[in-house]
Amino acid sequence: MPVPSAFPPPQYTLKPDPEPVMTALVSIRGVSKRYTRGKQTVEVLAKLDLDIASGDFLALMGPSGSGKTTLLNLIGGLDQPSDGEIRVNDKRIDQLSSNALAKWRARHVGFIFQFYNLLPVLTAEANVELPLLLTDLSKAQRKKAVAAALAVVGLSERATHKPNELSGGQQQRVAIARALVADPTLLVCDEPTGDLDRKTADEVLTLLQDLNRNYGKTIIMVTHDAKAAEYATHQLHMDKGALVVSGAAA
Amino acid sequence: MKFMTQTLQLILINLKSVPSRWGATLVIVVGLAGVVGVVTALQSMSAGMVATLRSTGSASRAIVLKGGANSELSSFITRDQAVVIEQADGVAKGADGRGLVSGELILIAERPLRRSKTDSNVSMRGVGAAGFTIRPELKIVDGRMFTPGLQEIIVGVKALEQFIGLEVGSTVQIRGSQWAVVGTFTSNGDAHESEVWVDVETAQSAFRRNGYSSLLVQLDDPSAFQGFKDSLTTDPRLQVDVQNEIDYFSSQSRNFTRIIGVLVKVVGIIMGLGAVFAALNTMYSAVAARTVEIATLRALGFSGSVVILATIAEAMTLALLGGAIGGLGAYAFFNGYTVSTLGAGFTQVAFSFRVTPGLLITGMALSLFVGFLGGFFPALRAARMQIAVALRAS
Repeated sequence: MPVPSAFPPPQYTLKPDPEPVMTALVSIRGVSKRYTRGKQTVEVLAKLDLDIASGDFLALMGPSGSGKTTLLNLIGGLDQPSDGEIRVNDKRIDQLSSNALAKWRARHVGFIFQFYNLLPVLTAEANVELPLLLTDLSKAQRKKAVAAALAVVGLSERATHKPNELSGGQQQRVAIARALVADPTLLVCDEPTGDLDRKTADEVLTLLQDLNRNYGKTIIMVTHDAKAAEYATHQLHMDKGALVVSGAAA
Repeated sequence: MKFMTQTLQLILINLKSVPSRWGATLVIVVGLAGVVGVVTALQSMSAGMVATLRSTGSASRAIVLKGGANSELSSFITRDQAVVIEQADGVAKGADGRGLVSGELILIAERPLRRSKTDSNVSMRGVGAAGFTIRPELKIVDGRMFTPGLQEIIVGVKALEQFIGLEVGSTVQIRGSQWAVVGTFTSNGDAHESEVWVDVETAQSAFRRNGYSSLLVQLDDPSAFQGFKDSLTTDPRLQVDVQNEIDYFSSQSRNFTRIIGVLVKVVGIIMGLGAVFAALNTMYSAVAARTVEIATLRALGFSGSVVILATIAEAMTLALLGGAIGGLGAYAFFNGYTVSTLGAGFTQVAFSFRVTPGLLITGMALSLFVGFLGGFFPALRAARMQIAVALRAS
């Protein structure tokens, strides 16, 4: 369901990539994840195999407890699998140390959370700048990149506003700008529209679609919302820690 | 460099969030202000007492006491011994060719204190004629010098501040006899300013004493001290102790500083422990309140060590603020505040609290140490959070 972009024409410094090459960006082999609660061991993911192509916009769906957020966290380097192998861009991330994984996340992953997770004491532009503090960019370069990212999400006019001065949709767009600003390999979205009304959710999803289509960003999105999943190019359904259905979006 | 930038940015973010949790933050600030304020005030009392006693005396003067006596009050030197001592090696000669030696007699007089209106002891020092030549720092600032042979006294400015009825022109009864106050003196802020001075011969006569408590001796120069001491301690006619005047008065403050030192340690440790727990509580609360923020920052790529440093730095900054308030408070309320206490001779010694730069720095160091301890464990907790779990706290 193509949705016309509601945002300004791209001025972002990322390389536009209207026809991305569809090679496997994320490769998951035999991945399991177990948690121990007292004497009980719970297996959340069971020997999962999955490839996600570069330039894909993948929606991960499934009931609560199906393991979709756990899978997303493993792909995003927020957690480590109990068994198996995860490669992103041919780099094996399941064996990285905590610090190495932090560096890898900073360089390769942009996170978008359900509740935006903006720092309330910082302005929109300062929130967006956060990932750039982990780079070697000068202050001037950071400022330029932040301005560009805010322009992409249509919030240039709100740069100096703090999160509590913005609507939910605007806060999520700031979060998207923060996820984009360091030009990551992957955008990882956990229920990005779970806290938004339908109209605002559509705007945010349109923006994500725009980033996928016009900037070639690979996006992996966990959602409960079937309508939200329609914006993706592919959908995967999970249940009890396993993939059950996959297919292209309607 | 990048590590430092990240850490500084995170510290700034942490500090920016302080106003949103002032209540919890005040615990650490007020706690440290209290600790540093009390410890600094106690130490300033000790510093003031030590400074007063250590400023008393000169390296070119020696004090002679009876062998084994630890203060002038418990010492007795006969007139015959005084004659021998006056002729010893190293004693400077006056214009009249006689040794510059002041035979001095210490007596205790009771006077009511201005502050409590209760009687307390004031030192009454009988001074020989050479006593004023030997002590050029003594200045009459009101009235005149006493006249030898008359029952007249001059009063140190701190004694005047502390006791009732020592104003120039008044008459005071001391041990059954009447004494006219004819002058007030200063003595470079030293311990003598807490005393009342009188002609030694008159005092001996009035109080039926036939010797001296001590002899104050002007030496040819400071290097003559050892020769002078040796000549006295090897003389079989004498059983005396000889000390440099500065050392003698320093030793008089030793017990006081030891007691204050113990008090500072006990109070400091108890209050410091309280402040550490307050800081721990504050910082654990801060970390708990910002679980999602910290997890988000870690998700974005900020390392655990940056989070640890920033959390500790936040605790230390708040502790430093508390320490500064405590130190400045101690300075504002106590620096220069004059009190008196019983000295080694069971007489009142007046001194002023001295909140020195060194004490302020010590207070800052103490608050930083407490801040570090208070921030360290919460920082570890923040850094060890499982990011995926902490993110769900939202």
